[in-house]
Amino acid sequence: MGTYRVAAQIDSIAPEPATVITISVDGVAVDGLLGQTLAGVMLGSDIMAWRNTSFGDQPRGLFCGIGICFECLVVVNGQRDVRACQRRAASGDQIEFHRDLPVHVEDAESEGPS
Amino acid sequence: MKTVLIIGAGPAGLAAAAAAREGGARVVLLDSAEDVGGQYWRHLPATRPARNESLLHHGWSTFRSLRERLEGDELCEIVTWAHVWAIEDRNIHVLVGEPDGTNRDARVYNAAAVVMATGAYDRTLPIPGWELPGVFTAGGAQALAKGERIAVGHRVVVGGAGPFLLPVAESLVVAGSTVVGVYEASHARRLLGTWTTRPWELARTASKVTEMLGYVSNHVRHRIPYVTGRAVTAIQGADRVESVTVSAIDRSWAPIAGTQKTIDVDAVCLGHGFTPRLELPIAAGCRVNARRFIEVDEDQRTSVAGVFAAGEITGIGGVDLALAEGAIAGHVAAGGAASDMQMRQHRVRRRRFRQFAARIESAHGIGENWSKWLTDETIICRCEEVSFGRLNSVAEASQATGLRSLKLLTRAGLGICQGRVCGRSVEELLGAHVPGGRLIDGVSSDRRPIATPIRLGELAQELDNPAHLERTNTK
Repeated sequence: MGTYRVAAQIDSIAPEPATVITISVDGVAVDGLLGQTLAGVMLGSDIMAWRNTSFGDQPRGLFCGIGICFECLVVVNGQRDVRACQRRAASGDQIEFHRDLPVHVEDAESEGPS
Repeated sequence: MKTVLIIGAGPAGLAAAAAAREGGARVVLLDSAEDVGGQYWRHLPATRPARNESLLHHGWSTFRSLRERLEGDELCEIVTWAHVWAIEDRNIHVLVGEPDGTNRDARVYNAAAVVMATGAYDRTLPIPGWELPGVFTAGGAQALAKGERIAVGHRVVVGGAGPFLLPVAESLVVAGSTVVGVYEASHARRLLGTWTTRPWELARTASKVTEMLGYVSNHVRHRIPYVTGRAVTAIQGADRVESVTVSAIDRSWAPIAGTQKTIDVDAVCLGHGFTPRLELPIAAGCRVNARRFIEVDEDQRTSVAGVFAAGEITGIGGVDLALAEGAIAGHVAAGGAASDMQMRQHRVRRRRFRQFAARIESAHGIGENWSKWLTDETIICRCEEVSFGRLNSVAEASQATGLRSLKLLTRAGLGICQGRVCGRSVEELLGAHVPGGRLIDGVSSDRRPIATPIRLGELAQELDNPAHLERTNTK
């Protein structure tokens, strides 16, 4: 269940052969087609979440698909804050899931004089 | 030779470019995507040709001929991957290069005539569970199907309001998904009342009616249940969508107790209407009307001299209206007038399709009690993870009556999307706490001085070396 890429053999639009590319998603090799966005490649392999939220640590993936909502942010070849639905995938791209930079929150009450 | 700068290469922008060239002006056409076409004609990249791509589109031949005409014209400069991030006075600041990239080419354009054709995106109302992976905007599902051949799920529910739900369901079916149902919030009686009064108006919008009949007959063929007076009122799942709750709703969109039905799905597509992309025209100083669209006159002129607007930012009206408005805007921007003979057909089409747009709004407009399906835990602002309960408790405790102070106190609408997704819903929900239902500081969530986030490094680069900018002074 989940997202998938329409298989060329059964697609009524009769696609011509496309070039296969391979990217690395959180250390796992994932195939896509040249011209797809990073989001397209990931969704094509049923990867639906690639970010966790700052406060609730909840999984998020693609929502608007047209560059408006910024839910689909991903780290590409070390570069943070890239919208996966907007960036074209290139063979060899290294995708890391977006996590917030570590923030140390001090608990003021527990550190008070006892 | 006069230069017309056009922002947005969807139907309105393409029509404006063609008309401006026809009128003898040089054209610079900017778009943030990698190719022209906008969201309506979002298509496969050149690296993935398909013999029958036209099956995914309406008016595909219109698009092909507009694109060929403009691409083959050396006096029409098409700049794709052009991200307009600010407009100050008449200076249009643009970064050209990969989306969210670094070291992109910074340019400042300054043109005597500018056509704004920035389009619109889905308005999606908050629903319990709408932040789960597997929930997509209707337009997002459409973009993935047309531009990537990605289907968002195997068993899908489409919910919301408006005729756009039909092509979304159709493209899912063509991609092999099972559409379990299309749930239209409007009631059948309201739809019939709107679509059957003054039928002679509809007869003159033949292309639109044919397009809609095509969707309806496809629905019959594919046996997709189209159910009116129902809404997706909750979405369930652990880490991704597993089921949706569909409820009967009354005329005001309040759910009716005891009517809930749970349906197992792996994806849900939501669209409750559209929000125009107003930040660039607002930055240029264009006046916004009471309906929250850009105010234009018969010539498609905005309140700012030399700045024109066309397409969805002047009112949600669809592709035919966008093409007519774009043609008139481009023609006038090049030095003509809307009253010129060769604009006659466009004027006629503009009038007809504005009537059509008014019908859509009256048939499918958002009901005032949609918030009755929210719970205290429902996330309203997805970026900052602000819940409905928190929004209410802060508004009550602070007794603040202005949008600016309430946003600062709740953080709703202050995240990276800059309130594009939740802004208007937040305004409505907070307005409910204020006597009269309206926030009083006159602040609008449509104003975004930085129109698209840019990296500090690129900003510093522009500030440090203004001399390296390629200045295209086209006055």
